[in-house]
Amino acid sequence: MAANYLHNGAALAQTVIPLLSWAELRQHILAEVEAGARLAAFFGQPATRERARLVAILAHPGEGNLSAWTANVDKSFNSLTPDCPEAHGFEREIWEQCGLKPEGHPWLKPVRFQPPKSASPGADKTAPIQPGVTDYFQMPGPEIHEVAVGPVQADIMEPGHFRFQCHGEMVYHLEISLGYQHRGVERALLNGPHRRSLHQAETLAGDTSIGHATAYCQALESLAGVQVPARAQALRAIALELERLANHTGDLGALAGDIGYLPTAAGCGRLRDDFLNLTALLCGSRFGRNFLRPGGVGYDVDEARAGQLHDRLQQAAKDAASAVALLWNTSSVRARFENTGHLAREAALDLGLVGPAARACGLARDVRHEFPAGLYRFCQIPIATFHTGNVFGRAQVRWLEIQRSLAFVQEQLKALPAGSIQTQLPQPGASLAAVSLVEGWRGEICHVALTDASRRFAHYKVVDPSFHNWIGLALALRNQQISDFPLCCRSFNLSCCGHDL
Amino acid sequence: MSWTALIPPLLALGFAPLLPGIINRTKAKCAGRDGPPLRQAYFDLWKLLHKGAVYSPTASWVFRAGPVLGLAAVITALAVAPWGGFPALAGFRGDWVFLACLLGLRRFLAVLAALDTGSSCAGMGASRAIHFSALAEPALFLALAVVARKTGPYSLAEMFASLSPWHWVQSGSALALAAGALFIVCLADNSRLPVDDPDTQREPAMIHEAMVLDHGGPDLAFLFYGAALKLWVLGSVLVSLVFPVHPGPWWADALLALGGMLALAVVIGVVESVMARLRMLMVPQLLVGATALGVLALLLIAR
Repeated sequence: MAANYLHNGAALAQTVIPLLSWAELRQHILAEVEAGARLAAFFGQPATRERARLVAILAHPGEGNLSAWTANVDKSFNSLTPDCPEAHGFEREIWEQCGLKPEGHPWLKPVRFQPPKSASPGADKTAPIQPGVTDYFQMPGPEIHEVAVGPVQADIMEPGHFRFQCHGEMVYHLEISLGYQHRGVERALLNGPHRRSLHQAETLAGDTSIGHATAYCQALESLAGVQVPARAQALRAIALELERLANHTGDLGALAGDIGYLPTAAGCGRLRDDFLNLTALLCGSRFGRNFLRPGGVGYDVDEARAGQLHDRLQQAAKDAASAVALLWNTSSVRARFENTGHLAREAALDLGLVGPAARACGLARDVRHEFPAGLYRFCQIPIATFHTGNVFGRAQVRWLEIQRSLAFVQEQLKALPAGSIQTQLPQPGASLAAVSLVEGWRGEICHVALTDASRRFAHYKVVDPSFHNWIGLALALRNQQISDFPLCCRSFNLSCCGHDL
Repeated sequence: MSWTALIPPLLALGFAPLLPGIINRTKAKCAGRDGPPLRQAYFDLWKLLHKGAVYSPTASWVFRAGPVLGLAAVITALAVAPWGGFPALAGFRGDWVFLACLLGLRRFLAVLAALDTGSSCAGMGASRAIHFSALAEPALFLALAVVARKTGPYSLAEMFASLSPWHWVQSGSALALAAGALFIVCLADNSRLPVDDPDTQREPAMIHEAMVLDHGGPDLAFLFYGAALKLWVLGSVLVSLVFPVHPGPWWADALLALGGMLALAVVIGVVESVMARLRMLMVPQLLVGATALGVLALLLIAR
């Protein structure tokens, strides 16, 4: 294995990362993606004025490892997107953050409407930021009408702006414009780790607290070169699966609610709370805040509490089975789920979709399986996939994962390893690069941390699964009824704040 | 005209907001919740009436006139609607066309008000409302024609007053088909499941809700009250058809009819609890199906 290859949750010295010319790196990325790798992260690290270092992290599922590559670029570079569509969001981000123009990008526009990180040539730092003010795709013709939804929503939803080009009720094209939730978390993490960093990671996406905290802790531990005790690894995995259970059941309930089907909406709505309460039993917070600590976990589980968790899970499993069975057995529900929001497998592959949305298209992508870290190296969860790629498929994948996570957590609770839950964490090493992948309930979470000579974060990059998947929602809406948009949107259930960071 | 003709409109004005309360309570019970109190709709109306309204600078007088005139139209409809065998306040020959026109007028005004704001979602809701109600109207006419043909008189109150259980024995199948058609119309026109979802919060999926999004305060109260009255009017036609029992004393008739209305609200609540909303493409098929029921009923009765 070459020096610039690493395992998930490992770190390597920045000096061993090859520095290529952009043309070479571009060629290399294309060849690797052709061979089955995917772009886990691709970002620019502003170096000096008009110049930045591009860092690409490739994930090779076949080999189960990751690789890091860099290239220095001035002003502009030849875009990857026309040949490798999954780079589209990353390149827009690089353009926005570093002011480097990807030449030939088919639809270059701001991702988050954030001020540039570097004093790039074209960017005027004093100009007021106007989120959502950009060019939108428009279809000409007297019978086409445009429908705009958001950023102020009628529901308690995160702000996002959606533009539909419709012919009557049929959607030709949906364009999604986000950035309203941009808080600058990546910027706040710079020069860390400091006392707030963990909490900033937990709030990257509020419903994925455990997922992002795991990714952050894993990155920090690999930078410091320590192993987490087995008991802490098991507790982390249990918390991660409980988060998946709560969100997946909540999603199934919300899918039922979107089509006005009350029994499952009510049943799963309650069950989501049951799972959240189990997380609260672990650590006192329903969303798992403050459970994970770099080097381990903050709270131990004694025998009695493990037994209580196990029993309550068993009851919840029974209730979930009966509430969800109604979805599959009611014809009016299936009529809505089937043939709605179809996304082709090829499109999901090209766009680099992750998580349940990708698995519902038949792509066997799951970090727990492909790049296992922590407990998942020893205890495997089968990948749940489905072949239809529509709302029904995405619901079905969620249900499969609920069942498997339930079995997994119950098994782990019965066989918790003994030992401590926390290890002493030394300072991160100097000039290292760490990549940490975690399969959150929405999909692959990627954190990349680069330290400088003073052992501080010189750069911290977060890729939330939503960043990959929003474009999938836009494509799934093509040739659909606009009235099915809420249902499709819920079947992806993407995060605005995870995307906007 | 006897003084008893005043009873149905007064009861309607007083009890109509109870119907959404019962529907919501039934849905909550089916879902295992307690749900809002039965009188919630009254509280909401009271609250809204004490609020101020906000008007978009792009909206004209049409927007303000819509809710008031719409409420006036549906209150007028109470004067001819049949209820419990009582005489109508202002029944006349052919008043069933008048009733349908008044309900259509209310919808027309609501659509104009929605379009007046220039919001794309309200416009979309308006276009859907017009599309579906145009398909539902023939079914209403056909169902009423069946009753008229069966009983003789051409005034709503009279024809339903002369309807008796004996007619159900004689030609139950035709009346059942007409009742089915009326029930579908009742669900569709009152924006209930499976056609519309009154609880949805997402604009692209809304029909009726999207049209009232921009209204607030007293205007919204008028719209809610008008919607409850409309449910009462269509419901009373259906209840008078399905349950034509008039023992005689006015208080017994009123109690029976009131019980029928409450039972209808429970039935609507149960329907909403056990099925999902139809895909919007399928709604026309349901409404055309209702029309087909009406045609079949008319054929059966015209033999």
